[in-house]
Amino acid sequence: MYAIREAVAAIRRAPVLLVLSAAMVALALYVVGLFAVATYNLHEALGRIEERVEVVIYLRDDARDEELRLLEEDLAGMDEVLRVRHFTKDDALARARADLPEFEDLFRDLDVNPLPASLEVELVPGFRTPEGVARVAGRASIYPSVEDVRYGDEWVDRLYLLRRIGGIATAVLGAAFGAVAALIIATAVRIALFARREEILIMRLVGATNGFIRRPFLLEGALTGLIGGLLSAALTYASFHAVSTLIFRLEWIPIEWVVTGVVSGGLFGLVASAFAIQKYLREI
Amino acid sequence: MIKLSHVTKEYPRRGKALDDVSFEVAKGEFAFLTGHSGSGKSTTLRLLHMADWPTEGEVRICGFSSELTSPREVWKLRRRVGFIFQDFRLLPGRTALQNVAFALEVTGTPRREVLERANRLLAQVGLASKAGALVNELSGGEQQRVSTARALVNEPLALLADEPTGNLDERASRGIMELFRDLNARGMAVLMATHDLELIRAYPGIRVIELNQGRLAFDSKAAGSGDRDRGEG
Repeated sequence: MYAIREAVAAIRRAPVLLVLSAAMVALALYVVGLFAVATYNLHEALGRIEERVEVVIYLRDDARDEELRLLEEDLAGMDEVLRVRHFTKDDALARARADLPEFEDLFRDLDVNPLPASLEVELVPGFRTPEGVARVAGRASIYPSVEDVRYGDEWVDRLYLLRRIGGIATAVLGAAFGAVAALIIATAVRIALFARREEILIMRLVGATNGFIRRPFLLEGALTGLIGGLLSAALTYASFHAVSTLIFRLEWIPIEWVVTGVVSGGLFGLVASAFAIQKYLREI
Repeated sequence: MIKLSHVTKEYPRRGKALDDVSFEVAKGEFAFLTGHSGSGKSTTLRLLHMADWPTEGEVRICGFSSELTSPREVWKLRRRVGFIFQDFRLLPGRTALQNVAFALEVTGTPRREVLERANRLLAQVGLASKAGALVNELSGGEQQRVSTARALVNEPLALLADEPTGNLDERASRGIMELFRDLNARGMAVLMATHDLELIRAYPGIRVIELNQGRLAFDSKAAGSGDRDRGEG
């Protein structure tokens, strides 16, 4: 109770200090927030492209039904495979007509359907990698009824590389931004604590226990971090909204990310206060 | 109540600040601790409120021994001993009442009792009418009274004062001295560090302990009261 009263009183006595510290925290987390929005959108875009990674197996015209059934079952049983769709020769022709209306005449005059039947294999997310695609293609090509297997190996390789670079960049930059944010928060809290050194000294002189001294400062640190976190979420949303309406459409990050950001602001504030106060408690 | 036994305090750079100092201040006794700057007065007080520990020897105060008390337990001692400083060490931006109440709050005293006791102590030091004033608006003498009231909130057995009149004019100094004498008359041991010889001369009945370059140079109690003037030279 005393800790809450004292923390509130301290904020009321020096609101500028809290606002400045919270603003520093907010700016630090704002950078992280912008980075999160960028990363999320990049991730989503790559994800959408990746959904198009599939293996198309063209079948010979003389393929036996029994063998086809075996092939389909075999593929469907693989860990990498999400779904296998069978397109007959007629399906292929219908699709070609729909997709290529300019060749309508050509398709109408055909005596024999030249398009092969095919199996389109959708992969489980996480297996849409060069290795995953190659494994499925390899398995299919053993079957004699398979004419050809296509999976756009070159662009799958590139996409995969891009994704890996993206992943590493996200981890490295994210960690760096996070560390910078943590340092800034720690500094903000330490400045706030330094301004109240005298108070800590006096508390010790009149017989306050370390725990008692610590509590209001921890509360204040956590509050500073939380306010900074909320402020940074607002700033990030404002920037996201501006870019989304004025420049190009973006996706807003999941709410869990926002909550994690705000809560980690509070946690950083708490931990930074704990470290800083410990230093003063030892010194004085 | 207060006892130093063969206390030596050595700092890595400064060397010996105290060298084999022994003296005792009994319950209900009032003593001046005097000496030039650097004689060891402040070091003695630091050791007594356990802001520091002796290199050799033992400091005892109100039942706490420097040999048995760890830094984590110092808060217990600080609730039994009152401290007063030359620079008052009050919390600026807070009222006289809040400053006194603060010392009670940190001990976990219930809120209602805090206000009642803080008001009573301010009345005791003659500041009942200034309870609501911010301490930075008070005169030096009044601030020292607030700091005295704060030192007394936990009903200490001993009062340690480090140059409490150092920043005060003569009239305010006398007021503080009268307050201390009154507290002493009620049984509280008082050890007051001062280099103000005028003040010491003004109170011939009070014991004088003099330090010189970290050593005990004179103790009027040991020398006999008739010999007291030597300590002021």
